[in-house]
Amino acid sequence: MLTALAAQLFTGLVLGMIFVLLAIGLSLIFGLMTVVNFSHGSFYMLGAYLGFFVVGYTKNFWLALLIAPLLVGVLGLGVERFLIRPLYGRSIDDPLLLTFGLSAVIIEVVRLTWGKIGLSLDPPRALTGAVNLGFGMFPTYRLFVIVITALVLVGLWLFLERTNVGLVIRGGSRDPLMVRALGIDLRRVWLLVFGIGSALAGLAGILAGPMRSVYAEMGVTTVIESFVVVVVGGMGSLPGAIVAGLLIGQVVSVTTFFAPKLAEINVFLVMALVLLLRPSGLFGEAGLME
Amino acid sequence: MNRRAFLATSAAAAATVGFPAIGRAQSKEPLRIGCPLPLTGPFAALAADMQRGAVLAADELNAKGGVMGRKVEVLFRDDQLKPAIGAQRTKELIENERVQFIVGGLAAHVQMAINEQTKKSKVLFISTSQSDEISAKPDTSPITFHEALNPTITSRVVGTWVAQNLGKKWWIIYADYAWGKQNNAVLTEVLKKQGGTLLGTTPYPLGSAEFSAHLPKIQAAKPEVLMNVAPGADNVALHKQVISYGMKKEMKIAQPLHWISYLKEGGAELYQDVYGGINWYWELQDQIPSAKKFVEGSMKKYGLPPGDYAAYSYSGVLEVARGVELAKSTEADAVANALRKSPTYDHFKGKQWWRACDNKSFQDMWIGRGRGPGQTKGDWGLLDLVAKVSANEEYDRTCAEKGHA
Repeated sequence: MLTALAAQLFTGLVLGMIFVLLAIGLSLIFGLMTVVNFSHGSFYMLGAYLGFFVVGYTKNFWLALLIAPLLVGVLGLGVERFLIRPLYGRSIDDPLLLTFGLSAVIIEVVRLTWGKIGLSLDPPRALTGAVNLGFGMFPTYRLFVIVITALVLVGLWLFLERTNVGLVIRGGSRDPLMVRALGIDLRRVWLLVFGIGSALAGLAGILAGPMRSVYAEMGVTTVIESFVVVVVGGMGSLPGAIVAGLLIGQVVSVTTFFAPKLAEINVFLVMALVLLLRPSGLFGEAGLME
Repeated sequence: MNRRAFLATSAAAAATVGFPAIGRAQSKEPLRIGCPLPLTGPFAALAADMQRGAVLAADELNAKGGVMGRKVEVLFRDDQLKPAIGAQRTKELIENERVQFIVGGLAAHVQMAINEQTKKSKVLFISTSQSDEISAKPDTSPITFHEALNPTITSRVVGTWVAQNLGKKWWIIYADYAWGKQNNAVLTEVLKKQGGTLLGTTPYPLGSAEFSAHLPKIQAAKPEVLMNVAPGADNVALHKQVISYGMKKEMKIAQPLHWISYLKEGGAELYQDVYGGINWYWELQDQIPSAKKFVEGSMKKYGLPPGDYAAYSYSGVLEVARGVELAKSTEADAVANALRKSPTYDHFKGKQWWRACDNKSFQDMWIGRGRGPGQTKGDWGLLDLVAKVSANEEYDRTCAEKGHA
């Protein structure tokens, strides 16, 4: 029983890590620009697809792990610059609708280019198989996902806390007017943050690819779960996204163990509960949505 | 008259006699068949296979001059794997596109919604989805036909074979919707009859990408056989995760059905030594003449062999054509009566027949085992057939059990 639970907690940790990667991008973008980015799920899907093709061309998963998120990030830059930027200063619904439509377009383009049939992305040879963690066998690749996500999070934290650009991003999300008054061009920061957020979604996609199956609609439910994570953590809060991502991962995993039928509903139950007790989420500040 | 003159006059005669006939055929309203399928989403690979099968059938019919001189047209619509959308698309096909028949449906719950529409509009429906309810009361109707196998038949056949050959301590993981639940129920019953033990079951929501949270518990229970009742893309994801948790070394893996489309998508390594039932497999062309003709048609048109579900839609369209020609009518009741009156046919797998009480098609099925890397034949030779189970009405519930008095 205890060993099974330990395995369950580890499994939940992996689920949580993917949630965290997705939620951080969403939360960064929302915190800074109050853009509810519904195309995030299709960026996730694109990460997996591009990963598949880079692996196909180069036969190198590690290279793909670097290139696919970068490509998705570049696409994110383009989306911010040419589609979202004209909508700043308008109501929060406008970018929401735009990104919602954009996600439908991206899914359709993927179907047209690569077909409606799914793909199978394999983990690199070195990471196949399972290792014994004391409580039983655990897939090597999933351990790798935990490690790589942790590294990315540390890197992101260092970037935000220790660099000048990070300082501007944090300032910009707290008081954009003041930052602008200091003579800083926030538009460039927004562009950069949207790119980073998209790249993180792409990274989540290529990391998830070898564990799940890759198909054009794979991001549709994932983006909803990621929004649940963001809402639970508090819209715009980075620590919130991390804590909530890990929490939701465990909720899914542990409820699956005891009552598999409730696993999906419980995620929303947790959200409802958090919203009842703390309407702006675990780490959220009130007022951002108004 | 010398030979050349004879040829010339007969050609001219044929032209004057024949062309008006062709002209008439083309001026006749085409025979239109609607085909709702989940063309996008996790079942897309199977739906694409089925689309190819239906188009191939229409092409073959048209090459022979159509059905009663009428050209056959198949119209496809995406049901998006959602019952409400399946119903809506079917309604549009019938009311706006004026289709006279519906052949299709893949997911059992969507197929039920399609059936509600065809019953309402008095359109004959040949279902190509695995479902128990479709041929049982209260859902079935005299103009509802069921070409595919159903969970009762597949799970009785596969379950019995697995219990006798692979082991009697099972864990069942199943998609929590019509097809999954029906298979789970039948498998549980079969295992009990075989004197086996069911260590546990795991229902999961259809369309899941993540199964990892279910797996440690199953591993700890140490079953001899893990029975996977996961369709579509779920099947690929589940096998990936089962392998990555090292479970394939600890237990045998079986499933009620193999789908060659997903074997191809997931790859040989994923499905190596996985056992499952299958309604048809292209290598049967070596044994069955109609299978050979079907495979050759598909190779010529698409450059790839048809899959197990392409076979259903191919056969479904050909059965509509056969029914129309027998009845000399497109009227649903007349066609249905004609099919029940001459129930045997063979379009791709040897003899099949419609049972009169429930319009269910009875047919042979096979048990296959995944070949594994290095043993495959070309891109699609992914299965070894290890057993053949001949068609038998006893594998299904009886007419009385299905509510047909």
